[in-house]
Amino acid sequence: MTLPQALNQATALAAEESPVAKKARRSRRERPTGRGRKSFRLFLWIAPLMVLLFVFSYLPLYGWIFSLYDYQPALGLNGSEFVGLQWFQLLFNSPTQLQQIGQVLVNTLVMSFLGIATSILPLIFAVFLNEVRSTRFRNSVQTLTTLPNFISWVLVYVIAFSLFSSSGLVNNVLQDWGLITTPIKFLDTDQGVWLTMLLWSLWKGLGWGAIIYLASISGIDQSLYESAKIDGAGRFQTMWYITIPQLMPTYIVLLMLSIANLLNNGMEQYYVFQNAFNKQYIQVLDLYVYNIGITGNSLSMATAIGMLKSLISVALLITVNVISKRVRGASII
Amino acid sequence: MTTLTKPATEATIRNPRSVRRPRTAGEWAFTILNVSAFALFAVVCAYPFYYLIINSVSANDVSALGEVRLFPIGIHFSNYAEVFTLQGLPLAASVSLARTVIGTAATVLASAFLGFMFTQERMWGRSFWYRFTVITMYFSAGLIPIFIIMKGLGLTNNFWVYVLPFIVQPFNIILVKTYVESMPRTLQEAAEMDGASIWQIFWRIYLPNMTPILATVAIFSAVMQWNMFQDTLIYITDQSLYTLQYLLYMFINQASSLASAAQNAGGDLSSIAGAATSQTPTSIRMTVSVIVVLPIIFIYPLFQRFFVKGIMLGAVKG
Repeated sequence: MTLPQALNQATALAAEESPVAKKARRSRRERPTGRGRKSFRLFLWIAPLMVLLFVFSYLPLYGWIFSLYDYQPALGLNGSEFVGLQWFQLLFNSPTQLQQIGQVLVNTLVMSFLGIATSILPLIFAVFLNEVRSTRFRNSVQTLTTLPNFISWVLVYVIAFSLFSSSGLVNNVLQDWGLITTPIKFLDTDQGVWLTMLLWSLWKGLGWGAIIYLASISGIDQSLYESAKIDGAGRFQTMWYITIPQLMPTYIVLLMLSIANLLNNGMEQYYVFQNAFNKQYIQVLDLYVYNIGITGNSLSMATAIGMLKSLISVALLITVNVISKRVRGASII
Repeated sequence: MTTLTKPATEATIRNPRSVRRPRTAGEWAFTILNVSAFALFAVVCAYPFYYLIINSVSANDVSALGEVRLFPIGIHFSNYAEVFTLQGLPLAASVSLARTVIGTAATVLASAFLGFMFTQERMWGRSFWYRFTVITMYFSAGLIPIFIIMKGLGLTNNFWVYVLPFIVQPFNIILVKTYVESMPRTLQEAAEMDGASIWQIFWRIYLPNMTPILATVAIFSAVMQWNMFQDTLIYITDQSLYTLQYLLYMFINQASSLASAAQNAGGDLSSIAGAATSQTPTSIRMTVSVIVVLPIIFIYPLFQRFFVKGIMLGAVKG
């Protein structure tokens, strides 16, 4: 889990609030004296920052128009040829293009589903870590396992390279022990790319992902455990019937967010690990857009794909949100 | 003032109930298994960092052969002086430092101000602008349109591309707004009676009382800025604007550049088992990595104090 993702998840949690609390807050905030006049001068204070936000978050939406042109940076938009929906047609009609984008979609979905399938691990991590008696041990484990979350993917790749390249530590050790004679290619291979990528993101994100659950555990009502103890519940019974159900709401929110982010894997991890051998299996949508847009210079095609991706993502988010409202009675955004 | 900051420091992560001492053989087995599994995973997480560090301080001819595994061999610290003579490295380090410091200061101030202003019921269009801000977390125009806009604004090959897009961060604003809402309203009312302007109220009264949440924002932002790699990749071709992360990526990805860097630094590539202090690709890679990761490790204790609280603050108070 990357930092922005973690932030998003935390926001989702932050956005959750019981209607009662909301109401209470609203009435607390409401001023007794009905000061009806709105101050435009107050708005002027924040206007520059709103402009900044508009420029970097909303203005780029205008760039979607490039998907209707054969955009050549040298010619500018006016000089470029208007081609209508040609790029979208090409996307769905050309067999080679279809095959390529198909593989990219498979990679994207496989990576996302592997992520979703393992999203329960941070919860398990937290529940089991909570069963350790020694506070010092728990704190050390937490410190050491969250550390990888705070380094960049570049550094993760440096570590992967130092440990797993043909002259890396693992190959050296295996050779010294006489287990292998020629170095195993862990990185320059098209074998098990999805699994390796999953393992690296788990290495980086598992400890950090558990923090939110550990925090929730400390908020669980103690009387639950006490009454369970009186009723003679064992360790596993309290874990299964008290701790885990109490963490489920948090888990469900995070799960729904990750479903909404099905197409957004980010590109950094895949970019740094990408090479000529694994390219076929490592190219996820975000990386593909970069590869054909910036490296391959077909800006219009890349815009078209990026646009479809953004639209589908927003649709997914809205769907998940509606489902969440229906089922849980609370929205996730 | 202290009463204001107190609620924030209470949310610490702790084990609520004293887990029972194991009694039966089965419980002992569980405890041993559980503890060893966590110990193993902790080692898996921490060892790579240790590996980088011991290699960066070991004799370069030994580290090049990959024989430094558990303890440093032939300790020397000259690598750290040497890598700073590498072409581009001092500059990249200052670019990274500058973007971290300027970017963090800018977003902390902007988040504090916006978080505060969004609590001002009197502001024209308050809830509209708040939604206008928050909703940007949930969509993105996509990499290429953003790239074209940045180019149009003259932000490619420009230092400010590292700072400007990150100033208004919705998540930080939500955190600050939530925090301000938990502060007593009377603070502002009293100041208004005394005729203080909105800026004075923010700067003199609210800002000094927001430190716990701003510390959280600052740490989030500093780590993000320091680790950022993608924007250099997309927007920057000018070598004088490369960041440390990008330089490290270049070093590792292009073995040739690493080798020539080693040669420039006085290394002898023809005989890899050269002197203990002459630079090798391995020594450069390890040393630069440690330089990149060291600031993170140094401010790590601060993280633990602030960021968990920050997240919980947002989560609990809503």
